[in-house]
Amino acid sequence: MEEETATEEPGATAATAAMAPDTAARRLERVAEGRIVAGVSRGLAAHLGVDVFIVRAAFMLLIMASGIGVAAYIALWILVPAHRPPESSEPVPARHRRDWGQLLAYSAVALGLAVLPWGAAGAVQWALWPFVVGGLGAAILWQQADRDQRQRWTLPLRQRWLRSLLGLLLVVGGIGGFLVQKVDADQARSVVIAMLIILTGVAVIVTPWVVRLWQDLDAERHERIRSQERAELAAHIHDSVLHTLTLIQRNAHDTRQVQRLARSQERTLRTWLYQPRADPDQTFAAAIREIAGEVEDDHGVPIEVVCVGDTSLDERLGAALQAAREAMVNAAKYAEAPSVSVYAEVEREEIAIFVRDRGKGFDLDQVPDDRMGVRGSIIGRMERNGGRATVRTAPGEGTEVRLEMQRS
Amino acid sequence: MSEALKRVVLVDDHQMFRTGVKAELGGAVEIVGEAGDVDEAVAVIKAARPDVVLLDVHLPGGGGIEVLRRSQGAVPSKFLALSVSDAAEDVIGVVRGGARGYVTKSISGPELTDAIGRVAEGDAVFSPRLAGFVLDAFAATDVPAVDPELDQITQRERDVLRLIARGYAYKEIAKELFISVKTVETHVSSVLRKLQLSNRHELSRWAAARRLV
Repeated sequence: MEEETATEEPGATAATAAMAPDTAARRLERVAEGRIVAGVSRGLAAHLGVDVFIVRAAFMLLIMASGIGVAAYIALWILVPAHRPPESSEPVPARHRRDWGQLLAYSAVALGLAVLPWGAAGAVQWALWPFVVGGLGAAILWQQADRDQRQRWTLPLRQRWLRSLLGLLLVVGGIGGFLVQKVDADQARSVVIAMLIILTGVAVIVTPWVVRLWQDLDAERHERIRSQERAELAAHIHDSVLHTLTLIQRNAHDTRQVQRLARSQERTLRTWLYQPRADPDQTFAAAIREIAGEVEDDHGVPIEVVCVGDTSLDERLGAALQAAREAMVNAAKYAEAPSVSVYAEVEREEIAIFVRDRGKGFDLDQVPDDRMGVRGSIIGRMERNGGRATVRTAPGEGTEVRLEMQRS
Repeated sequence: MSEALKRVVLVDDHQMFRTGVKAELGGAVEIVGEAGDVDEAVAVIKAARPDVVLLDVHLPGGGGIEVLRRSQGAVPSKFLALSVSDAAEDVIGVVRGGARGYVTKSISGPELTDAIGRVAEGDAVFSPRLAGFVLDAFAATDVPAVDPELDQITQRERDVLRLIARGYAYKEIAKELFISVKTVETHVSSVLRKLQLSNRHELSRWAAARRLV
């Protein structure tokens, strides 16, 4: 118990710091610092204002004399709330020493439990040893689970693993010892049942620890993602928005250029804000939005895109997209319309793209055969890939190009 | 629109934008009030009792939805949402909150005047993008509808929405489908009702996402 007294200060200072005026009527709390089992004795000692050794000795006496000590201890453990140390005062340095002291104390308690109640009962006592060792390992694991979350994060990782490993070794050793002693007996079934009980107990003990560790990792990951997003936002605004604003100021005299810049920036920002991040090389909807953006940039005519459904790209859809690009370019270049509407939909069996403008339109029959735009790049391309293209137009009526293709 | 001018209240937190809209609308409607936040909007709407409220989705003090919630029952006004946002949560959220239509701020003056007139008559106004969202939300699924009356749209309604998404005006839709403009309006109003009342998963999810902000 010598090691215990050596580490008394941190716990005491933490408790004192928590309750500034150190009056006699201190709240009864279980103290985590320097505890052996659950901090009941230490808490009680602080509450009563006596040395912790006296309280512990009293408990030991009660335990040895009758079962009432155990009952009282467990009752206090359950009923008395754990002391939460204040945020700032964390006595980290003393931890390493305390851990070993605690382990030693456990061993002492286990030894005492093994030797005292059954005295000279001989072989029976030795048969109980595995239980004691197993229980000790479990107790160490339990200690971990019961610990304050923040403390665990400040503990060096290595030490936590060491302790877990130690606990595990003890449990395994206990079970092994159990098996070795019972190996000649024909009660194999009861051995297995006992083992299952031990393992279940360990699982019950370890589960909260694992769950809590998992939650911690999860929370930490979320926090990291959030800060990454903030950094990304700042970078994005700097790279795109501020850059565009500078360009707009420089080109203030050129309305067309200003409009193009503003529109392009708006589109980028919108995509970034509202559209799920998708790779234009991978998905149909993202690809058509990108194409519309490029045509818009090149020709300075706003193109409004509405997409319903989505699918992954393949070669034939790529051809349909090329045809759609051609249709958009034609609309932007020749229609003289204030804007172009693009509607794309992905259905179960087929995809359809509509490119429409309310511009001047044209007479399809008057288009010379050598003009590749409509015939070659749109209708021909679609037909070569097993799709079809329909152009509806008339002078003064605007134009609508409809592209359809079966999904493969 | 040849009768008396529609009385309109303009709710938007950007003074510059309100000025711009007023200039664009010109003399086509009568602006009877303006407001820049939720409380002000509720007070102005209750006092002026306009035919139509042009309502921005993003407003200090709870957004357009809050204005709808606090003033809708008290006045006979119709609400037309106006936003720069393209997010489904914004669009669906405000329509489910009670707006009779949704247009983006890039809309031209004549189109906006037209939309105001339509909403004032009790019809619905769908932008191409809103039509796209609805088609997405009511896409055929294998999940059986809980309430087929509300959770599914008819083939005809789908045709109308598709044409809206393709950029067709109501008149053009009527011509395309060989129906009257009135019938187009009936279909759109029916879709609006489903949009507001249906419990389809996508709709509730979008609406819920907006309420969190």
